[in-house]
Amino acid sequence: MLALAAKELRALFVAPLGWVVLALLQLILAWLFLARLDVFLQIQPQLSHLPNAPGATEIIVMPLFASAAGVLLMTVPLLTMRSIAEELRQHTMAFLLSSPLSMTAIVLGKFLGLMAFLLIVVALAGAMSLTLFAGGTIDAGLLLANLLGLVLLSASFVAAGIYISCLTAQPVVAAIGALALLVGLALIDFSVTDPQSPLHVFSLLRHFGNFNKGVLDTADIAFCLLFVIVFLVLAIRRLHGERLRG
Amino acid sequence: MTGPDLTVFAEKLSRQYRAHAAVRDVTLELRRGEILGFLGPNGAGKSTTMRMLTGNLAPSAGSVRICGIDLMARPVAAKTQIGYLPETPPLYRDLTVDEFLQLAARLHRVAAARVGQAVERAKQRCGLSETGRRIIATLSKGYQQRVGIAQAIVHEPKVVILDEPTVGLDPNQIRETRELIRELGNSASVILSTHILPEVEAVCDRVQIMHRGHAVFSGSIANLKQLRSAGGIEIALRASPAHADIAGLPGVAGVDDLGDGVFRIRHEPGSDPTDAILARAVERQWGLFRLASAETSLEQVFSELTQEDAAA
Repeated sequence: MLALAAKELRALFVAPLGWVVLALLQLILAWLFLARLDVFLQIQPQLSHLPNAPGATEIIVMPLFASAAGVLLMTVPLLTMRSIAEELRQHTMAFLLSSPLSMTAIVLGKFLGLMAFLLIVVALAGAMSLTLFAGGTIDAGLLLANLLGLVLLSASFVAAGIYISCLTAQPVVAAIGALALLVGLALIDFSVTDPQSPLHVFSLLRHFGNFNKGVLDTADIAFCLLFVIVFLVLAIRRLHGERLRG
Repeated sequence: MTGPDLTVFAEKLSRQYRAHAAVRDVTLELRRGEILGFLGPNGAGKSTTMRMLTGNLAPSAGSVRICGIDLMARPVAAKTQIGYLPETPPLYRDLTVDEFLQLAARLHRVAAARVGQAVERAKQRCGLSETGRRIIATLSKGYQQRVGIAQAIVHEPKVVILDEPTVGLDPNQIRETRELIRELGNSASVILSTHILPEVEAVCDRVQIMHRGHAVFSGSIANLKQLRSAGGIEIALRASPAHADIAGLPGVAGVDDLGDGVFRIRHEPGSDPTDAILARAVERQWGLFRLASAETSLEQVFSELTQEDAAA
């Protein structure tokens, strides 16, 4: 399983895709980071007069991570699109199916490989935030909550993406499908106006919003974990079904 | 029926694709060190059977045991014993040959310390020693096929299943591949599917013929020839004798006049009228200038078996 995860991670870096995604994500996040830093430096004199003023973490790190969530929503489908669909298209699935790996191990290997890549992205965003230590203090608790939130959010995106990738042998279709699913879940917040509506439970970004504010709620953590488990189980079942149907 | 020597035992395998039965009641046995040729026209169900034997496809009915391990009940344990080359070689085209074979070895649970050694050995056996650092996508079809075989044997499995391993190779490569398969037969059991009959004759110990999802024949190559001993003896004579002269010889079951002084003599099973024919030809001055055994080629047997079945 770990060998498969390592292969998945490698596959992203032998092709230009991994490097390009990593570089562009970093460029976008660095840009946002610097823009927020500018804002902070401009309003800092006024802030110093306020009691209980928001610090650098609130003004720079929070919006940075909020944007990162949005950017990941767009990019994760591009990373997950190939995971199973490409194996089906290139007939390499037989290689995995005839090796002594259970279906669970195959799906988990895929998941862990992609998560390793996304951990790099999250770590880079975290490292950028840590540079603020050079010029002042930051709220470590808030930063940790944001990091945890972003990791859980990425895991949810990846799990959903892998499942969609099982449904087709066309990676592009898988990308569009995953994007539609994730955007659909994000749009719940905009389209459902009643704040009490139970539909909001399904909005991943709303759960991330709590992490973003520094609120660690077990309900949010549990939702993300459940989301991951449900989609990975669906993917495993789908592949079993594929083996039965032929 | 599960002796220690039995490496593959598939019982009454069936596979249904909706209304269409691709494979029906195929039973298959393979002993250690045996090379089984799996023969049949395209669409006979060879690949479907092989996919079921390797756990790539769940059978609709029947069971598979690999080295005594039930493939359905303990798929992971059973699959460590199998090496499989599907019809389309499953290759990660972005990787180099070394990287890919290392991955194959790791996934097949070769101990980390032995991976390098296993990869070297597989490359050497498949004639890939010079190509380790090349990216698979840049290799020719023949070399890609070799990489496909290498990934199937890198973990030294007890059972090697090759689906049309020589398709798309040039004659030299075909010869090398056959040698490799024969060598594999020393350490493992091999199942090899093909629709090329000489390949079966050249390599296999036993043959199983499939047609329309059924196993229509199973036995040794010699058995197969015996089954259709319609071959007989072919003689060519300058002075054509009367038909009855030849038919009257002891051991002769029938004579076909093929024209131009060429006769095909069918003999009774177990008897060999060659000497009698020769003696009579000299005695009567028939002017015999050719005498050859008209052994039924595998092709003939094959087409007879499959057509019979189609007619039935």
